Amino acid sequence: MREKHRFFGNIVVGVLALQGDVIEHRRALDLVGVKSKEVKVPSDLESIDGLIIPGGESTTLSLLVELGGMFDVIGEKIAGRMPIFGTCAGLIMLSKEIIDGRRDQKSFEVFEVSVKRNGYGRQLDSFEAPIALDGTSPPNYPGVFIRAPAVVSLGDKVEVLGKVIKDESPVLIRQGRILGATFHPELTDDLRVHELFISMIEEV
Amino acid sequence: MASSEITNTHPDKEPSYTPSRAQGSIRLKRGLAEMLRGGVIMDVVNAEHAKIAEAAGAVAVMALERVPADIRRDGGVARMSDPALIEEIQASVTIPVMAKARIGHFAEAQVLEALEVDFIDESEVLTPADEAFHIDKWPFKVPFVCGATNLGEALRRIGEGAVMIRSKGEAGTGDVIEAVRHLRSILREIHAVSSAPIEEIANYAKVLGAPVELVQEVRELGKLPVPLFCAGGIATPADASLVMQLGAEAVFVGSGIFKSGDPATRARAIVEATAHFDDPALVAKVSKNLGEPMVGISASEVETKLANRGW
Repeated sequence: MREKHRFFGNIVVGVLALQGDVIEHRRALDLVGVKSKEVKVPSDLESIDGLIIPGGESTTLSLLVELGGMFDVIGEKIAGRMPIFGTCAGLIMLSKEIIDGRRDQKSFEVFEVSVKRNGYGRQLDSFEAPIALDGTSPPNYPGVFIRAPAVVSLGDKVEVLGKVIKDESPVLIRQGRILGATFHPELTDDLRVHELFISMIEEV
Repeated sequence: MASSEITNTHPDKEPSYTPSRAQGSIRLKRGLAEMLRGGVIMDVVNAEHAKIAEAAGAVAVMALERVPADIRRDGGVARMSDPALIEEIQASVTIPVMAKARIGHFAEAQVLEALEVDFIDESEVLTPADEAFHIDKWPFKVPFVCGATNLGEALRRIGEGAVMIRSKGEAGTGDVIEAVRHLRSILREIHAVSSAPIEEIANYAKVLGAPVELVQEVRELGKLPVPLFCAGGIATPADASLVMQLGAEAVFVGSGIFKSGDPATRARAIVEATAHFDDPALVAKVSKNLGEPMVGISASEVETKLANRGW
């Protein structure tokens, strides 16, 4: 049994709320015991300690972030070493290189990885498979992969924190204060990935 | 958690998951619906429209041969689209592609699954194939969305396996009044159920004609157990803002975009207004100079109420 509601002080995590599964991330943060708020406009970034970019459609997110003038302000926050976590489309939004993206699709270009959109195929190819969260654990994290991207190459600074047993490909990756998942921890009741992100915020 | 790079700890073991169970699960089907929240799903009739929709920020496109306004005008039997058209649209965009099957026409749904569409809409916009029964949606690996005009209808569809509900509205009219009626009806009944004492739940199930387990779930959640989107008559950014403020989690726009004077601009404006539905200044800004809206027809004057299809 996990401890209920450890005290996380005044940590507030923002969830980019332009499109996607925002409420599932806020629910997970609530279960971890951390306050959260929606981030829709630049001024929402002022009082947050970390930011989650949720799952959704990366082409839509790219457009809405650009139209809202959020690329520069969130980019400055990331440069200022604010922890940031992207799941699925959120990971695509952080990646340096996007394969099979739209030509006008943009990202924050901070994660030294190359990701392939819809890397496993269409919705019929979406799958559930266990993830091994580190070198010593059995593959016991419930991986939910929905039209998921695939990480096809990694820079030297990127650590692999989780591999899916389906094909041993990296699915949870970290580069300093940037965390990325090709799957959806927010759709499960296993809070370990969100807890990891909160520990990254606590380290700041 | 240790952050050292992992090595394969089970090099000799067969994977413990079974692909047949690991794909097409309820979590994966409902999950895709959840990913579409806050977005706009646009009706498209060819690859060119699909590309315009994707460039304008659509989260998904609905591939069909005629938009509802034309189905209404032309009359006759409206069926599943030509598979060649669906494939052409699938090849032209990277976002999810949905397609419609007739109510009760499980063979059309099987064809759409064979085409690997991402979502099937069992839709009243097409001519129903079964006057009593909807498709049993549980055996399918592709997720289904169905229309509803009230809570009982929504829960019957969820009981049959739908993972997304859209309020029906009156498709092809450009008149938002029916969308508002159906959305308000569903939300009003959810509110009543969620504030009802537990002993009334079985009676609610009887009155609504809905599975008691789902009525109980609505009471506990205070919402549907699947995402609730809105369709049928949305034609302007302000229409999108209206239904999102009422409680829709995303919008379908059918004839409203490609029956207007400047589809690309209007599509993008509706995408922005849906994301920022609670920001009237932004809705005002994106509503400027959109060109001619869809002419439309008052929902009270239409001869065939599509919303009455479905049981």
